[in-house]
This record gives sequence, C-alpha cells and structure tokens, in this order.
Amino acid sequence: MKYVTEFRNADLARAVSAEISTLVDPGRHYKLMEVCGGHTHTIYRHGIKDLLPDQIELVHGPGCPVCVLPMGRVDEGIEIAERPEVIFTCFGDMMRVPGSKGNLLEVKAGGADIRMVYSPLDALRIARENPDREVVFYAIGFETTAPSTALTLQRARKENIQNFTVFCNHVTIVPPVRALLDSPDLRLDAFIGPGHVSTVIGCRPYEFMPRDYGKPCVVTGFEPLDLMQSVLMLMRQLDEGRCEVENQYVRAVPWEGNLKALRSMAEVFELRPYFEWRGLGFIAQSALKLSEAYTDFDAELRFAVPGVRVADPKACQCGEVLKGVLKPHECRVFGTSCTPEHPLGALMVSSEGACAAYYNFGRKAEERVGARE
Amino acid sequence: MCLGIPGRIVEILDEDLLLAKADVSGVRRNINIGLVHHEDERVEVGDWVLIHVGFAMSKLDEQQAHATLQALQELGDAYETELEELKASRIE
Repeated sequence: MKYVTEFRNADLARAVSAEISTLVDPGRHYKLMEVCGGHTHTIYRHGIKDLLPDQIELVHGPGCPVCVLPMGRVDEGIEIAERPEVIFTCFGDMMRVPGSKGNLLEVKAGGADIRMVYSPLDALRIARENPDREVVFYAIGFETTAPSTALTLQRARKENIQNFTVFCNHVTIVPPVRALLDSPDLRLDAFIGPGHVSTVIGCRPYEFMPRDYGKPCVVTGFEPLDLMQSVLMLMRQLDEGRCEVENQYVRAVPWEGNLKALRSMAEVFELRPYFEWRGLGFIAQSALKLSEAYTDFDAELRFAVPGVRVADPKACQCGEVLKGVLKPHECRVFGTSCTPEHPLGALMVSSEGACAAYYNFGRKAEERVGARE
Repeated sequence: MCLGIPGRIVEILDEDLLLAKADVSGVRRNINIGLVHHEDERVEVGDWVLIHVGFAMSKLDEQQAHATLQALQELGDAYETELEELKASRIE
C-alpha cells in the first residue's frame, strides 16, 4: 500500500506509477539523478518517492546555486557588504547562508546596509537612487538566472550607471554533471534534466550524457506529474535499450534554448578557467565572470576581492550530499546541530537545498515507508 | 529564487527599455521582456509568460499557465515567499 500525497492529477500520477512498475526489472536497482534543486523540493514536498517502486532511487544532484557556493565566496561577499560605502543587494536565499564568521543577516543586524531584492533590476534601481553610494549585486544562479544579470548589466552600461557593480558567482550546469560522471563514487543510470536552466540553454548541451557516458537524460518540468512522466520516459529508454536526450518540458523548453539570452550572456560573461564548488572541489570552466568589455562593473576588481579559499566546518558533510553519495539524513549533523533554524551548511538554508527539503517534508515520507515495512 | 511564476502581460510600458507590467496572482509589477520580445519573437498584452527574478523567460499558453500556477500554490511556503519578494519589487 503506497501513500499518495494529494496534488492535481494525482490519479494520473498513479496511472503513470503503475506503468513505471511494469518496466522495472525486479533484480535491478536504478539510480536516477535529479540535477535541479527545484526538482528535489517537488520530490519531497509531494512524496514522489512513495509513488515509485522500491528499485528506483532518486539521487539529489548539485543544482542548487546557493548550496554549491564555497564558503570562501560567501565570506568575500560579506566582506564587501561590510564596507561603509556599500549598499549590498542579494536574493533572499543568500541572507542566511553561513560564512565562516556569520551570515549576511547577522552582518546587517550589525549595521551593514544589506538589502534583499527580487530582481537584479531592483539592485540597479537602488544604484540609480543612491548615486553617492556603491551598490553591489551578489549574482548567483545557473544559466536560469545569468541572462537576467546580463541584461541588467547591458542596461547599466546604456545608462552609464557608474556606482553599480556585480559580484559574479554564476555557475554552469554541465561541468559539475560531467565531474560527477567522472567520479568513481557514484554509479548513476540516468538523469532527470533541469527545467528552467534548459529554457535558456536548450537540450543540446546534454547530448554528451548519452554520447560520452551512455546515460539517458530527460529535460523535465516542475510539477509532480512532470517528474513522474520523466521517470517513465527514462525507464522506457532503459527498458528498450535506447539512450538519448528527450524533452518532457516542451511547453517551456525549446530544443535550441533562448538564443537572445545566450547572445546576451556571451557579450557580458566569459568562462572562468576554474571555480571552486562546495563538495566537488575545483572544476574547470564551470563558472562565469564578467567579460573584458564589462570589467568596469566587476565588484571583484573594484573592491580587489582576494579570492581566498575557506574549508567547510569539519562536521559538515554538505559535499557528500551534493555529490549524491550521502542522503541528507545520513549526514552526521543532520537535524541535530544543523537545522533550518540554525544551519551549519548551505544545503539546510535554501528551500531548494536537499537537506532543508528533506527536513521539512522528507522525514514524514520516511516514517510512512517505515510504517509500511 | 529558482521558481518561475506565470504572469499575464497587462501593459507594454517601454519598447526601448523592454519593460512591461505583468499580473501575477493579482500582484501587478513591472518586468523585463527582453528575452521574449525581439526580432524572432514578440509578446503582447494578454500573453502569459514564465517570470523569473523580474524577467520573462518564455511564453506559456493560458492552460499551461493556470496549471503551473496551481502546482505552485500546492508548493505552499516556497511560493508564498516568492510572491512576497515580488511584491517588494519596483523595477523601473
């Protein structure tokens, strides 16, 4: 007897679930990685695991931009925010991410001018309204968010706004997935590909997964039924011995992506030779910095950010969880010294972080599974 | 911050700055339409778009938009937080 969390189309999801069951080889264990943190949230929120046969394991991937930022970058953001001439702007998700000496919320309480914004264009407005202050935007996010920063910088240049800079922490999705595939720690069967990132980059960048590694990938939407359909599409590929990139999220993702967004990104950004990822270490060409043409808007140059490396707290196992090697609850501090109220690691902060999602929703699912066994 | 929320374009404010007013669950805020309004694609008043951090990312049809909104409402807190942050936005 499987427990089903109620959501729209729950009946349809049960039908998909039944079809998935017919494709499972009872003697085989399937590991499917959902790359995107938004998917992780939906999976726990709606108890998707309860709808899948026991042989199918969902492994959480590195696709939460707040979670993958190494502590050194958090600390450097905080150091910029503490400068008296600076108004520091960031998304709400960043406020509680722990640095080695506290988080942005605590620094703000200590008197720093830190403002949460919904959009980089709000940060630009604040710069326009405060010409005598240095306004810095803490840019984070994968290719979903990078075009917004790019368009904002193009606008800043057009208006010749000189007191606006960006602390660029944008990352790209393909290199960490490749790093995971190269890692001997993890044996994966297939990928649930990210949805919103793919509205920008399209489906083509995932073609290396089947081609170079023999792993199917299905680009997937965010509703519970999207995830179920995507698992079905992957199981069909595995059953039939096919291996390709498919697009389940056709309603928002064109195969070629958004060419306008890609062109703007190509003008404003260039690839960093390497970038540190929490848990994954340094990965070549995995992050963006401002291009030569936009160096005037680069906070790293304006404030001479040193680029220090800071190790995670010893007890923290965020890295293992990010790689999918540990489940959130298998971390030694999960739910004890690390909780959403007092997070030790970034994965417990963001609603897309695997640990926060698991803490809020997943434990109930485990209890249900425990009860039926 | 990673959510995309459907909104309906209610007014094109500035073709040059690519600003439009969108209605998101009754909240009307300015958004940038530069990624969906260019030489290859256009949006008009009445169109539905997927909005992420103040930018329209892609066009949606009305049925998809309603389905997505309902799914977001079922997410609960994460959606409420996103709407609150949108309410504080004043893009010019």
